[in-house]
Amino acid sequence: MIDFELHNPNSLAEAFNLLETYGEDARVMAGGTALVLQMKQRLAQPEHVISLRRVVGLNQIEESANGSAGLKIGALCAQQQVATSQLVKDKLSLVAETYQHVATPRIRYMATVGGGLVHGDPSQDPPPSLIALGASLTLTSASGQRVVSMEDFLIDYYETDVQPGEILTDVFIPTAPAGSGVAYLKFLPRTADDYATVAVAAVVTPGEGNLCQDVRIALGAVGTTAIHATQAEEILRGRPLTEDNIRAAAASVKDVVDPLDDYRGSADYKREMAEVFTRRAIQQALENSGRG
Amino acid sequence: MVRSAMLNRSGCKKMVSFLRHHLQPADGPCQRVWRVIPLAHLITPAMEDNMNQRINLKVNGTNHEIEVPAQRLLVDCLRYDLGLTGTKEGCSVGVCGACTVLVNGEMSASCLTLAATLDGAEITTIEGLAQDGRLHPVQQSFIDNGGFQCGICTPGQVMAAKALLDVNANPTEQEIRDWMMGNLCRCTGYYKILESIVKAIGPTQEALK
Repeated sequence: MIDFELHNPNSLAEAFNLLETYGEDARVMAGGTALVLQMKQRLAQPEHVISLRRVVGLNQIEESANGSAGLKIGALCAQQQVATSQLVKDKLSLVAETYQHVATPRIRYMATVGGGLVHGDPSQDPPPSLIALGASLTLTSASGQRVVSMEDFLIDYYETDVQPGEILTDVFIPTAPAGSGVAYLKFLPRTADDYATVAVAAVVTPGEGNLCQDVRIALGAVGTTAIHATQAEEILRGRPLTEDNIRAAAASVKDVVDPLDDYRGSADYKREMAEVFTRRAIQQALENSGRG
Repeated sequence: MVRSAMLNRSGCKKMVSFLRHHLQPADGPCQRVWRVIPLAHLITPAMEDNMNQRINLKVNGTNHEIEVPAQRLLVDCLRYDLGLTGTKEGCSVGVCGACTVLVNGEMSASCLTLAATLDGAEITTIEGLAQDGRLHPVQQSFIDNGGFQCGICTPGQVMAAKALLDVNANPTEQEIRDWMMGNLCRCTGYYKILESIVKAIGPTQEALK
């Protein structure tokens, strides 16, 4: 690992000061599972590392105060905390289940919710589920806060909308609509702790007469960011949730995914699997709604 | 925009291919060399200027005040600064579990943890499990049930199993499998490891009474 200067601020205010002082030479670190790895491989060589380990108050999971149904999850919550929290299991079963798929328990104890999202790895588990639920992220800087939707936050390969001087402080995740069913499917041909070959999150809300009142679908590991499959949603929304319509919606994701060839499969294979797993995720979500 | 990794796309692809294949760095003298060279060589000239991180660590109940460079990993701190060589470094990328220790009671990959971020933390390593000369029930069970072969993964397996029993005193076999999936055994002695943990449940509960 190259030489760098380590800072251990005790508060967000101190962290903002450090960010202002060192600017682009500094990187913020939460759990460190991603950044330490990158630094070991010399793929990241920051001159200053600002560790948030001593910053307190950002590891709470609480019900929204502003009246909208959902949970506010502090950016420094360990991923294991989210995966095992009874509150998350009760209110956001999709989120608890998704975080249970992240790496191994040891990594989940270290890695934080915010650190993972800011890392911007397109193969991570949480982003598809957070997009499907319509999550929003609060970015805080010395001069204020702004809120960005999960899908707008992800810009490109390992690139996010965090601006200089900003730190991701919390994530608001709305509960799935009443009567809806949710599913997160992770295709893992190798090992249980691997990144997905294809991952799909779906939230399906059946309405009157088997019509699809609403649907949200997002895919991971098949593009430069997690992908919100709006085209597939349009095909289903307002139409009957028949097998043919579900198949047509699933087939449409082949046009929007842009996977890479790697040892988890060729790009062509992943494109095919994106369709298969989108279909299964929609069907699974529909079944889970109790109306399938 | 802030590049998360300060990399262009081809750099990212390179990184992904490295990380995904769990390879050691292809260049640079860092990890692989560190493991075979003596202590004096761990401190490179560049690091000598940077021995500026003074930290307090409570390791297995004993307080240590030490100075380390910013890039010192917890696993190296334990092994080289404190002489606690029970903790092993396997993959160096947080996958294999050999370096598992408890940080403030929670299991951690010491190969991915910067020691200097842990000022004031309590660390438990394999050396800290035995109490008054009596092995921890998990350790005893690994011995009684042949839960190891070559032994290099064993400290990590035992620490992970202990961490599981700390949060779930009576896990099912499936829960043990799910929890332990991040601890690899290259001898593939998994059945005996599983059996050792299953048979440690009772004695561990007994010991807590």
